[in-house]
Amino acid sequence: MASDKVVSVSDGDFDDKVINNDKPCLVDFWAPWCGPCKAIGPVIDELAAEYDGKIKIVKMNVDDNPGTPGQFGIRAIPTLILFKGGEIVDQITGAVGKAQLKALIDKAL
Amino acid sequence: MQSTDYELIIIGGGPAGLTAGLYAARARLKTILIEKGVVGGQVLVTDWVDNYPGFVDGITGFELIEKLDKHVERFGLERKIGEVSSMELDGPVKKIILQDGAQLTTKTVILCTGARPNKLGVPGESEFAGKGVSYCATCDGPFYRNREVVVNGGGNTAIQEALYLTKFCNKVTVVHRRAELRATKILQEKAFAEKKIEFILNAGVKEIKGDKSGVTGVVLSHNDGRESLVDVTGIFIFIGTKPNNESLPGSLHFDDAGFLITDAEMATNLKGVYGAGDIRSKKFRQIINAAGEGATAELSAEHYLGTLE
Repeated sequence: MASDKVVSVSDGDFDDKVINNDKPCLVDFWAPWCGPCKAIGPVIDELAAEYDGKIKIVKMNVDDNPGTPGQFGIRAIPTLILFKGGEIVDQITGAVGKAQLKALIDKAL
Repeated sequence: MQSTDYELIIIGGGPAGLTAGLYAARARLKTILIEKGVVGGQVLVTDWVDNYPGFVDGITGFELIEKLDKHVERFGLERKIGEVSSMELDGPVKKIILQDGAQLTTKTVILCTGARPNKLGVPGESEFAGKGVSYCATCDGPFYRNREVVVNGGGNTAIQEALYLTKFCNKVTVVHRRAELRATKILQEKAFAEKKIEFILNAGVKEIKGDKSGVTGVVLSHNDGRESLVDVTGIFIFIGTKPNNESLPGSLHFDDAGFLITDAEMATNLKGVYGAGDIRSKKFRQIINAAGEGATAELSAEHYLGTLE
């Protein structure tokens, strides 16, 4: 698991839960075969707790949901995309540190 | 001597830092390990480790780190996720200042900040990062199912990862600027026997081409002066590493490439400050070396602490 505490989204409910969501939303694109994806899981959990109420953090398994990653041209994971008002604010690829992720999230606050 | 928060602070949680932590926890030193992101370092992005002694059948990089992590956990090492903004290492009391403002004092420090992949520095590389340019086959390989890719480099990492990519790709073209590979013989033998791998030797990457969809091709510059274009949707770059030395103070001694100079006991030029793993100035960068150096550095730190009392 990329993370134990954040909610999973799928191709089917991506628009509903991310695009049409009032709050800024960070999506963690991951897969079970990706070591770095699993490794950043605890950091994502911590961020979800710290930013609770300010931003929504969700994850998407790219193996089970090929449509959405294709739509956003994702060819590397972990990729974290920050959405606000249905638009991409910014994105990061790779197992980056917590400080970098906070800097990313703060762009939408 | 003035009291400090810790006896030992370890910076970095790759194999060197984790092993130093394991030894320190067993020695009951008041120790904290600081890692900026996630433990594991570069091993995390290594798909397969076939040369770590004791793992008879080989092991994935992720599993090796998971085991090392659990092993350290068993002895109760204190850890913190945080990024170092600066360090004061010159005097007998060392100070580590973190980006969240926390200031920790200690008598000894082991620097295990590691290294990261070198970039090629060619046009298109940063533009298409994550869109066809990759430094991690385990992370990104599955996105290239039935595609053709270039692997740039001729060392162990390049050849190991080229072999891994054949699980997904129709064709993997290894581009290396010398006439011969540097990878160890058993890897070379495997690669030469693999029908999906083709070699273009005596050539370097000059430019990465692409469009809105990402990478579409790689322009090669051959040592005989020719240029050629390889049509691929991905390029994986494994051309050595550079040191993560940005947070280290200038009073330490570094080699010309910016790696940290230590003696055989892992001691730096500053008393009570040690280095271990890929950050060290050395010829060979292996997981087993990093782990061994972590152990040596901790024992050296312990010895030094003994002289202070």
